Amino acid sequence: MFGLEALDLARIQFAFTISFHIVFPAITIGLASYLAVLEGLWLKTREEVYRDLYHFWAKIFAVNFGMGVVSGLVMAYQFGTNWSAFSDFAGAVTGPLLTYEVLTAFFLEAGFLGVMLFGWNRVGPGLHFFSTVMVAVGTLISTFWILASNSWMHTPQGFEIIDGRVIPTDWFAVVFNPSFPYRLAHMATAAFLATAFFVGASAAWHLLRGRDNPAIRKMLSMAMWMALLVAPVQAVIGDFHGLNTLKYQPAKIAAIEGHWENVGDEPTPLILFGWPDMEREETRFKIEIPALGSLILTHSLDKQVPALKEFAKEDRPNSTIVFWTFRVMVALGMLMILTGLWSLWLRMRGRLYENRAFLYMALWMGPSGVIAILAGWYTTEIGRQPWIVHGLMRTADASSGHSFAQMSLTLALFVVVYFALFGAGISYVMRLVRKGPVINEGKEEGAGGPGQKRTPARPLSAADESFEEGQSDDLGERN
Amino acid sequence: MGIDLPFIWAVIIIFSIMMYVVMDGFDLGIGILFPFVKSERERDVMMNTVAPVWDGNETWLVLGGAGLFGAFPLAYSVVLSALYLPLIFMLLGLIFRGVAFEFRFKAKAEKRHLWDKAFIGGSLTATFFQGVALGAFIDGFQVVERKFVGGAFDWFTPFSLFCGVALIAAYALLGCTWLIMKTEGRLQQQMHDLARPLVFVVLGVTALVSLWTPLAHSPIAERWFSMPNLLLFMPVPVLVLLATWALLRAIARNANISPFILTLVLIFLGYSGLGISLWPYIIPPSVTIWEASAPPQSQGFMLVGALLIIPFILMYTAWSYYVFRGKVTEEDGYH
Repeated sequence: MFGLEALDLARIQFAFTISFHIVFPAITIGLASYLAVLEGLWLKTREEVYRDLYHFWAKIFAVNFGMGVVSGLVMAYQFGTNWSAFSDFAGAVTGPLLTYEVLTAFFLEAGFLGVMLFGWNRVGPGLHFFSTVMVAVGTLISTFWILASNSWMHTPQGFEIIDGRVIPTDWFAVVFNPSFPYRLAHMATAAFLATAFFVGASAAWHLLRGRDNPAIRKMLSMAMWMALLVAPVQAVIGDFHGLNTLKYQPAKIAAIEGHWENVGDEPTPLILFGWPDMEREETRFKIEIPALGSLILTHSLDKQVPALKEFAKEDRPNSTIVFWTFRVMVALGMLMILTGLWSLWLRMRGRLYENRAFLYMALWMGPSGVIAILAGWYTTEIGRQPWIVHGLMRTADASSGHSFAQMSLTLALFVVVYFALFGAGISYVMRLVRKGPVINEGKEEGAGGPGQKRTPARPLSAADESFEEGQSDDLGERN
Repeated sequence: MGIDLPFIWAVIIIFSIMMYVVMDGFDLGIGILFPFVKSERERDVMMNTVAPVWDGNETWLVLGGAGLFGAFPLAYSVVLSALYLPLIFMLLGLIFRGVAFEFRFKAKAEKRHLWDKAFIGGSLTATFFQGVALGAFIDGFQVVERKFVGGAFDWFTPFSLFCGVALIAAYALLGCTWLIMKTEGRLQQQMHDLARPLVFVVLGVTALVSLWTPLAHSPIAERWFSMPNLLLFMPVPVLVLLATWALLRAIARNANISPFILTLVLIFLGYSGLGISLWPYIIPPSVTIWEASAPPQSQGFMLVGALLIIPFILMYTAWSYYVFRGKVTEEDGYH
């Protein structure tokens, strides 16, 4: 019993540290590409609104990126410190993928970040734009590798097991494992959407307060185009991802659907709401639509979806949790699509920037992308349980086996430190957002060129406004 | 394959950790030196000297960890779980230090001292526990059937704790000479005055660690003090003394750049001494790099990427240092 509790703490610690971590890279991925687009548009059109927006979001990007780096450092070591049996078992596959992430992505980001954030006047516009693009590309390469590694844990292939350890035999098969393309597309799109809704909410907040300028309008407009065009695409990707999961991890789908058993040859219903009860092996209080489950998951009206009772009790994921996390994700996705459609309707009537009900909706949808990402990850990761590597290694066999006392101490430290520090960081991001984009920021053309001393050299403090109100609205205070 | 992959990967990982020690060493050193500098403006300057590069510096630590994971998964799992608590403390220290970079400049004046303390505390904690981890690594780990079987506090020995203190001194000297190179005026003068006593402290702790290591670990003593090894390795301590002497001279004549370069040489020599003591054990005292190695399929796959990409990394890292070269002054303050 004691051992199990230490294992639970190890799992909670991983879940806690990665939940905090994932938020920052997700927004980093989205913002980096957004910044690259803004700078590209600025160079192409020379419309100042793009340059002002670039400077505004670069500050927020800097804070967010810093938090992603330090919280990510913990992740790179946690596999070894907390999950040493897993690391020894699967390190030959996941280790090289992580190494490729560091080599191809982290260094690229770190190398160009300083120039991107503080080199506006130190290097030429072309080189600066190149740096921004490199940082954005770095974030996407990073997504590629880490999701290859994660997807391999869901749908492992391209290996053999010798002496109880994984030996890779075909790297192409390892990287492009069956669930990888879907998970990559789903996560990258989710990062873009989460950022779009964050940006949109920032604009809505200002417009609701009567602060209106072309930069703020441009923010809302760009964000809502993203919502309109990308949210439906995400639904389609999600559908494909689900079909892929049905094929390779049917128990996860059964748990997501709270679907316990098939009756005769009847098509599987879709349970809209209910309470899956793992002990009683049924979903209580359910509201279901006949045959819709079959229609969605098999795209037919007669094929059945696998049911939880077809799997041994010890092989079932916790349906109570994934049933609900999945529904939270889907509901938020639908709201995103709705927001996009509403924005189109208002845009066509020229009321996008005035309709207060819509602006409130855009404001409240601000965190929707981040929450949907977390809910989605809980669904897929808890849905993989009881396996750490699907079908190969159980989570219970993967941990380092530290004592209960050690695990409680470190977990308590992580909780206290993360809430205090990242809480402060998030509140700082919010303060920056509330200040809003400054018109003509970065306009001053100073002495430039490498080696010149007039510009700041402090990338992760690109957001150098003080918490004190008012002082930082000075134009061109930095760069 | 005729290539000794474990050997090459050991070299790459040793190189990464070396890069980390050198590069993050001076920016952790700046945190350690913070208490010696009271002026807010000068503290700003100190931070600004490393701000464009610290993220890249820390990435070498991630490469060391990830490379170990991929190339020597057994060592990654045994060493990291054996050093569980010190590594967690180190990571938490690095978190405090990392966010302080961002938050210090944004805090209200009356809150700023909190982030200063976070920066100092985080730098000291991270450095100390890196040293402890190093000491515990030299002490070695009990391994049975590919698992660490020692206790949670095996790392808590006088030797490893002293290594923690020693590393603080070494990073402080790196930070101090870095600041001599990157700053001017009063701050530079302060660092200049600190450098000389720091050199003696570093020399003292280095001597102690160098004596303590063979005394407490007989295999290491055998390696150093047997013939012909003694003669072969003699250049290391001799060069340490020569470099220290040159460093003191450079400080005495108010040199700008050479103190930092000579400190790097010292660190490099200390690092080689460590390498001589431990090679080829990746989980001292018994598991070698060949025994802990991942299958060639993994190491070969990683090697292709590493050989192609590391030169580019070094190139654009150098470019980034070049863009932000030169002295950092208070006029670079932007608040």
